Order: sequence, then structure tokens, then C-alpha cells
Amino acid sequence: MIYREAGQFKTTYAADQAIFPIAQDRVLAALAVAAAFVVPPVLADEYWLQAVLIPLMVYALAAVGLNLLTGYAGQLSLGTGGFMAVGAYSAFKLATAFPQLNILVVFVLAGLVAAGVGLLFGIPSLRIKGFYLAVATLAAQFFLIWLFNKVGWFVNYAPSGTITAPPRTVLGVMVTGPEATAAARYVVALGFVALFAWMAKNLVRGRIGRAWMAIRDRDIAAEIIGVRPLRAKLLAFAISSFYCGIAGAELVFLYLGSAETLAFDINVSFLVLFMIIIGGLGSILGSFLGAAFIVLTPIFLTNVPHAVGVELPVALQKQIELMIFGGLIIFFLIVEPHGLARLWQITKEKLRLWPFPH
Amino acid sequence: MPEVLHQVLVAPFADMAASPLFLVEVLIGGVAAGLMYSLVALGFVLIFKASGVFNFAQGVMVLFAALTLVGLMERGLPVWAAFVLTVAVMVGLAFAIERVVLRPLVNQPHIILFMATIGLNFFLEGLGEMAWGANVKRLDVGIPDESVVVSGVLVNKLEMTAAATAGVLVAILAGFFQRTRIGRALRAVADDHEAALSIGIPLKTIWVVVWSVAGLVAIVAGIMWGAKSGVQFSLSLIALKALPVLILGGFTSVPGAVAGGLIIGVGEKLGEVYWGPLVGGAIENWFAYVVALVFLLFRPQGLFGEKIIERV
Amino acid sequence: MTRRVLLVGLAALIVAAAPLMPVAAQEKSIFIPLLVYRTGPYAPSGIPIANGFVDYFTLLNERDGGINGVKVAWEECETQYDTKQGVECYERLKGRGPTGAVLVNPYSTGITYQLIPKAPIDKVVIFSMGYGMSAASDGRWFPWVFNFPTNYWSQASAVIRYIGQQEGGLDKLKGKKIAHIFHNSPYGKEANPTLETLAKQHGFELTLLAVDHPGQEQKSTWLQIRRLRPDWIFMSGWGVMNQVAIKEAAAVNYPMDRFIGNWWSASDADVIPAGDAAKGYKGATFHAPGTNFKVFEEIVKHVYDKGKGAGKKEAMGEALYNRGVVNAMFSAEAIRTAMAKFGNKPLTGEQVRWGFEHLNLTEKRLEELGMKGFTHPVKISCEDHEGSGPVLIQQWDGKKWNLVSDFIAPIREVVRPKIEEAAVQEGKKLGYTMRDCSKEM
Repeated sequence: MIYREAGQFKTTYAADQAIFPIAQDRVLAALAVAAAFVVPPVLADEYWLQAVLIPLMVYALAAVGLNLLTGYAGQLSLGTGGFMAVGAYSAFKLATAFPQLNILVVFVLAGLVAAGVGLLFGIPSLRIKGFYLAVATLAAQFFLIWLFNKVGWFVNYAPSGTITAPPRTVLGVMVTGPEATAAARYVVALGFVALFAWMAKNLVRGRIGRAWMAIRDRDIAAEIIGVRPLRAKLLAFAISSFYCGIAGAELVFLYLGSAETLAFDINVSFLVLFMIIIGGLGSILGSFLGAAFIVLTPIFLTNVPHAVGVELPVALQKQIELMIFGGLIIFFLIVEPHGLARLWQITKEKLRLWPFPH
Repeated sequence: MPEVLHQVLVAPFADMAASPLFLVEVLIGGVAAGLMYSLVALGFVLIFKASGVFNFAQGVMVLFAALTLVGLMERGLPVWAAFVLTVAVMVGLAFAIERVVLRPLVNQPHIILFMATIGLNFFLEGLGEMAWGANVKRLDVGIPDESVVVSGVLVNKLEMTAAATAGVLVAILAGFFQRTRIGRALRAVADDHEAALSIGIPLKTIWVVVWSVAGLVAIVAGIMWGAKSGVQFSLSLIALKALPVLILGGFTSVPGAVAGGLIIGVGEKLGEVYWGPLVGGAIENWFAYVVALVFLLFRPQGLFGEKIIERV
Repeated sequence: MTRRVLLVGLAALIVAAAPLMPVAAQEKSIFIPLLVYRTGPYAPSGIPIANGFVDYFTLLNERDGGINGVKVAWEECETQYDTKQGVECYERLKGRGPTGAVLVNPYSTGITYQLIPKAPIDKVVIFSMGYGMSAASDGRWFPWVFNFPTNYWSQASAVIRYIGQQEGGLDKLKGKKIAHIFHNSPYGKEANPTLETLAKQHGFELTLLAVDHPGQEQKSTWLQIRRLRPDWIFMSGWGVMNQVAIKEAAAVNYPMDRFIGNWWSASDADVIPAGDAAKGYKGATFHAPGTNFKVFEEIVKHVYDKGKGAGKKEAMGEALYNRGVVNAMFSAEAIRTAMAKFGNKPLTGEQVRWGFEHLNLTEKRLEELGMKGFTHPVKISCEDHEGSGPVLIQQWDGKKWNLVSDFIAPIREVVRPKIEEAAVQEGKKLGYTMRDCSKEM
């Protein structure tokens, strides 16, 4: 009824190729982004911002990055944690070596460093394919973590061996360090994720994205029609690592405030991979939905018994929580194997017809 | 610079030559550790062979099996009875997994089945702990565990038992896959679920059989690793150590899992003992992947993996 | 299809509407959040600690009606020893109770580091008893963090002193070989600089051997030990690494009584899987094992006999259970100290911080608490948040831990300057300035 595209005529190619060709979608997306910027900082308390929304934004950015590589370019990566660590440690080095540098610039530079490292570990992808490629990214994961742990230079020879977000301001507002409010940190994280998701969306609609998808679907065929696998694959590794690097910097600077290498261990790599599979491979929206599912469900499950007044021993509660979480993953896969993003699409199809059955 | 080169390229080999007995110990240690990895990797291979699924839950299955065994023994059952019951539990688990997880997902892309095993992973993690508790338990099934000196070389009996067990298991499994109808049917299933179904291969039976056998392998791996560290949650993390072995050996080859285990085990021990001290040690974890990576650059389908034939 | 969508929609709705209602706070109580890990890879260590904590607080409430009549309220939150879950727990619990959380025991290096910058802002005392950031021992830089009765660096020096004692004097260490096997993480590396300094001073040969997380496979480390044949081994391990190390030490026939774990590598869970092989293994601690103290009779009488025990009665006296009890006792006594100044009412975090800084736990007070000889008296000051408490050595006899040493003082003249130096570095990293203790009340 409301969601109907009848009467919306496209008169230019530009209008036809817009990200949101349907007016309702445009309005909805604009409203959603505006609401994301305004509502939480005003309404949400610190718990929501610090424990729920900020990690959600950080992981969503990492998931978008991995989705570019795995979902669009078809290159399996289990090194997300390692690339995030590169971002985090280079951001720390840059921020402490150049205190005058704007922290947002530091994030982007850290992303670039991560991109370089990602590029390097992407080289074996030219020869090794499929599940076997995991070995290259796993080597990156374990090697990078070992390196940051071993070489004191990366932590400025701190006796504690950890990195800490130094206090920095943007436009006079403290955004990192202990004094920064959760709201300020949230807005920065959201700004980054919104900007880069928009860029990713455009990237995958363009030449580069199409080259990636051709590689993913059948690399030899792609090569024959003129896609250069070397360029496309390495670009995918670099751009994906750029996103992960920024996410890693955010993880320390905006979310945890202080971290050791354990914060970037192999579990992080798996977690981000889960997000994009559950959300939908090859979908930017899916990255967000997957991140939301993986971040929010455990927190929700933790809070439910309390909210309904059931007091269970914490251990039992955690075990039940794990079982339900695992069960939910299987349930969602059986309901819709192509991820949450596909569910959203189906819902939209239904909505177009509603309230009529056909 | 020449000094660095000397330290990297010459000194370690001089060191090996200087104390050959120690080198033998390192090699034996590598072989023993490698076979322990193979035990875990075998479980992955079985399931991958039969369904093209990378079973993320294999590590947790090892934990679950060991927890069940120890839990039953703690309740006063003799070892053999506990073992039989544990086998029954793992077979039951295979039936449940087939019914609840695999059957509804027939003919889905492999990555989706992979994700489903992640769900299974969380579920079993919770279930295992809920049923048997999170505390560490001592596992003693009567395997001798002292070390003896054989012509100047220290050998641990437990490790030798583990190595022998791995060898026997591989022989049995290789026979099972080569010489039985089920073994042949497996390859068809791994290639294409629907096509296999259409030519009359009983998919359900095969999946149950394979997951049961993987469960059995998990019990053995659980016993061997559990004897070393006690039975506790960390047991599920050994899957990570099996990963380079699995990739190197090829996801579909039983002998590959063993060969991969040996190469990784020996490679990482040599690396850690002789080259590790140069850079401060603890290089084993990533060194294993580098070893695997080097091999894969020459054989991208793994040592024993099926040759990848690419067409447009 | 319709049903499918409905189901999914319902699930999504539930997820979206996660209600987070605050819990009705008990009146006139002092709230302490307990970040515990009763599940996951570190549960074997986490369970006894949490039980010791809870049992001691239950004892206070049941026997004395709380601390000076103010009930202790607490809520457990499961972290699985994971920093991110720890953050969630902390944020969820910090506002509970009439005055909010007053102190937090993070029980994880990662969570401690994460909370240290927040402490002055949230006004919550961080009490990382014998773990966390060693530099925080300098109270001038870290007013909100306490890590008494002793820290990793003091521990390492005390262990070296003990080894010296066994060898017949610190001067006999010359030429001896000591290996430090450590968890390859900031925690594991803590002791290294102290050991290196001491090695230079006393002329022993120090070998550092890192074991990567999680430490299930340590063959190469122990091959190196077999070749090196060190006279003593000191270990800073954690979780499954400890169990495997003890087993491997036995497998290379290393004499167990020359193998000393730090206080996170010497719990009952660490030695039980190795069985008889672990006999003779030693560990550092700062409190006695066993139940041979009056306080345990009280716990049995007021807690377990009323059916309010957190764990099994038999588990009392385990090394880490006792650590939980000591930790709870220190916390309660610090609150009591604060009450002496601010009155017997629910206190704020700032008031409790004052209590911690002025804590003076005397021999006499310990005796009143039924803990004579259980742990060493401790006195905290504005400068010193660590107290340089002495260390005990315990030994596993196959069934239980027994003390085999007296209190061994750390080598303070080596450790303290290092701490002050590190505090400047770590403090500046957070943008802190040093406070002037002569101006403090």
C-alpha cells in the first residue's frame, strides 16, 4: 500500500542507477541514518552506548570490510583480527608520535598501513584458492599478533605491553581517551561506518565491484573476459584490510580504550566471518545485520532472565545462552540460508504487495 | 649482516650436527606432536570428505566426547563401559545432527553448512558444560605415562601410544574408504548432494555413518589430548592446531592428514628449537602456517588433495 | 512462507526490544559487582575464586549483618575471562546499589587494563589483587588502582630470594641456570625485566622461554629445557598452559621440587590432571592453603551449614578458593576502614578509595578475623598501593598444597625503583599527573 513504486518514473540513467531507486527507500534510509546520529546520543545511557552500540559500529565496519573481500571478491580470509591489530597498533604509534595530527586522519592513515599489510598477505591468493587460501590469512593472523607481542617498539616500550588510547579532540570535543563521553565516541564510530559503507556500496556497484564478482563466480572466465585477477584480488585484499584496519583502530580508541594483542586473536577473525555469513555474503546491508545479530543476541540473552525476574546461577545462564545462540544460528540458516539480508529483501517484496496476497 | 646470515643459515645446522642425539629427540617430539595433530585433523577430513563441510564443531566434539567419557567414569563406571556409552552418545549425536541440522540444509552451499556447524559449536559448548561442569577433570584410562631412555634418547610412553593409535586409526579408515561401498558413495556425496541422491545413494545413512565415525575419532583424540592436559574446555582449542595440518594434507585425504601432521609437527619443532631463540621464541603457531604455505605454493590443492580441474 | 516471515519477525522483535530494567536495589547496602568466569577455558581457576568471594561475603552478612551493619550486596556477571564481555558486565553493574559500585575486582589482566582509565571517571576503586598493572603500585600516579598485598615484580624477586635460600645464599646463585617459562602475553612477560636485573646483580644465567597462547602444545619448550638442564624453573603460566607444562616437566624427568609456578600457576586445577607426576611441584602464594584457620570454621557454621554455600564444602581450602576469601576480606576491611571515617552507611566509591588508601591490617586484626598466619599484615599508603607484601612457597604433595617456607620478603630496593619508573611512563600515557602525597589527608 504505502510501499509502492507505481508512478515513480525514471527519466535519466542516473536516476535509474541510484543506490535507492525507490523514493520510499530513500526516505527510509535517510531517516534511519539521521535517527542513528541523533537518537542514541540523546536517549541511550552509557551502558547502551558503551557495551552495545559502539562495538556494533566497530564490528559492522570490519564486517563490511571482510564482506568486500570474501562476499564480493570470493577470497576467504581468517586474518581479520590480524589486520585489525595492524590498524590499532599503527594508530597508536601515529597518535603518540604525532600528537598534533587529527585523530580522524590517524585512523585513515592506520587503515592505509593495514591496507599495505593486507596487500602483502594477499599475494598467495594468486596461486592458492578456496578453503586452502585460509592458510595465508591464518599465517598473517598468527604472525602479526606474535609480532606486536614481541617487538616492544609497537607499544612504545611500555612496561605493561599494552596500548592505550591517548586523549584527543575533534573540533574541540574529546573523542578518545578516558575523558571522552560514550556519545562522542559513538558518533565518531557511526560517522566512519556510515561514510565507508556508502563508499563500499558505490564501490561494489562500479567497475571494481563487478570485476570482484566476476572473479568470485569463476576466476578463469573472468580472466578471459578481461578482468585482471592480479589487480582485482590484490585490490580486494588492500581495500578490505583498509576497512579492517580502521575498525581495529576504533576498537582500541573508541571502544576498549586500552588493549593487548589478545583483543585481536583468532576468535575476532572468526566472529567477523560469522557476521558476514549470517548477515549475507555479498551484501553491505547484510554486514550490518550480521554484526547486529552476533553482537546483540548474546547481550540480549544475558539480560532476558534478569528482566523477566528469573535468577539463574551465572554459569548455567551462560551455558543456556550459548545453546540458544547456537540454536538460533542454525534456525536462521534453515529459515533463510542466504542470510539476514535476503530476509530483508523478501520482506520488501511482500511489502510491495501488501495487503493483497498476489 | 654476514653475522645474521651465519646465525640463520649456518649456526642452527652446526648445532644439529653437534648433538645428534638431541636432534633425534627433537624429531621424535615433532613426530609425536604431529600425529597428535593428525588425530584431530582426521575428524575434519572424514566430514569434509563426506559432505564437503568444514566442520567447525570438530574441536568441541573432541571436548564433548572427552567430557562424557570422564563424566561417566567419575560416576563409577569402569573404563570399558564408559567408553561404550560414550560411543553410543556420539552416535546418538550424529543422528541428531543429521536430522536437525544437515537434512534441512541439503544442497545448500558449503559455506552455509559451515556456518551451521558454527551454530552446532556454540550449542555443544553450552551443552557439554551444562551436563558435565566446567571444572578440569583428570583423565586416566590406564595408558602408561612414564618416560624411558632408549639408547640415549628420552621417549615418552604416552606419546608412543598416541602415535601407534593414530597409525592404526588411519589404516582402518583408509581401508574403510577404499574398500567399502560407503567409501565410494562418500565421494559422490561430497561432489554434489542432489546428484548423489538422484542415483540412489542413501544420503541420510551416509551422513550418520560419517558423523558417527568422526565422533569416534573425536573420542580417541579426546583421550590422547585429555591425558596430557586434563579434560576441560581448552580441549576444544586444539582444533586450531589441526588447521595447518588439515590444509597442508588436503581436506579430503586421510593419509594426507597424517603426512601433513608429520610435516607440520617436525617442521614447527625444528623451527622453534633451532631458529626460535633467534627471534625470542614462541614462533611455533605461525611457523606451522608458513610451512604449510610454502608447500601449498607448489601444490595449491594440498599434498594429497584432489587435483583441481578448472574449466570455464 | 508467511509463517516463516512471521517467525523471523517475531525473533527480530524480541532481539530489538531487549528490555534492560534496573533491579530494585537493596536498601542500605554496599554494592560490589563480581566479574566472574565460571564457564569457558579458564573456569577451573574462576570457579574457586568466585566461590571464595561469595562465601566470605555471605559469612559477613549472615554472622555480622554485613560490614558494621551495612549489608554487602553483590551480583555476579559472567565474563568468560573475555575483555569485551567484561566491559559489558562492568557497564551493566556499575550503577547498581544505592551508591553505585564502589569497587571492582576485574580478575583478568585485559579487563583490568580496560578499566584503569575509567576508574577516576566512574569513581570506582579497582582492586586487582596480585595481578593487573604492576606500575599501578605507585599510588601517586594511580590513585584509584590497588594491587596489594604484592605484585608480579615483587613476586619474581621473592622467588629468586627463595631459590637463593635453597642454594645457601643469594651469593651462591652465581653461575646457576634459571629458566623462566612464560605465557606469551603482557601478563606472562611481567616478571622478565625484574628477573633480568636480578640476573645481572647475582650472576645467574637466565633463559626466557615463551609459550604461545593457549599453550596446549609445549613440546619444543621442554625439549629446550631438556637440553639446557636449568637448575631452577620459574613459570608464569595461565590456564591449560600450566597443566600441560607440569605434565611435560614430568615427561622430561625434571625434578619437580625445583619447578616453581607463580601464584596463577599453582592452583589445585593446575596439578590435578598430572596426577602423581605433579608431586613436589612448588608455587608462590601470598596466603596459606588449607582450612586450618578459624575463619573456615565460621564459614562452615554460618554459610555451609545453613545451605548457603556457593560451592562444595570440600573445595574450601583450595589455593584459589582461599585467594577469593583473602580478596573479599581485604575489600571488606578497606570498606570498614572507610566507615571509621565516614560513618556506617552505604559509602561512595570515593570514600571507599580513602579506606583502601588508609588500610592498616595488623596482626591483631587478622587474629580477630580468624586469619592469624593466613596472610601477612599489610599497610597501604598514598605512595604505596602494593605494600611489598612477602611471598610464601607452597608445595603439592599429591593431595593438597602445603607451605614449605616462611614469609619471604621481596627485594624492594630492586623492585620499587622499577615501579616508580614504570608508573611515570604508564601514567603519562593516560595523561595523568603525579599527585603530591603530602597534601593528601
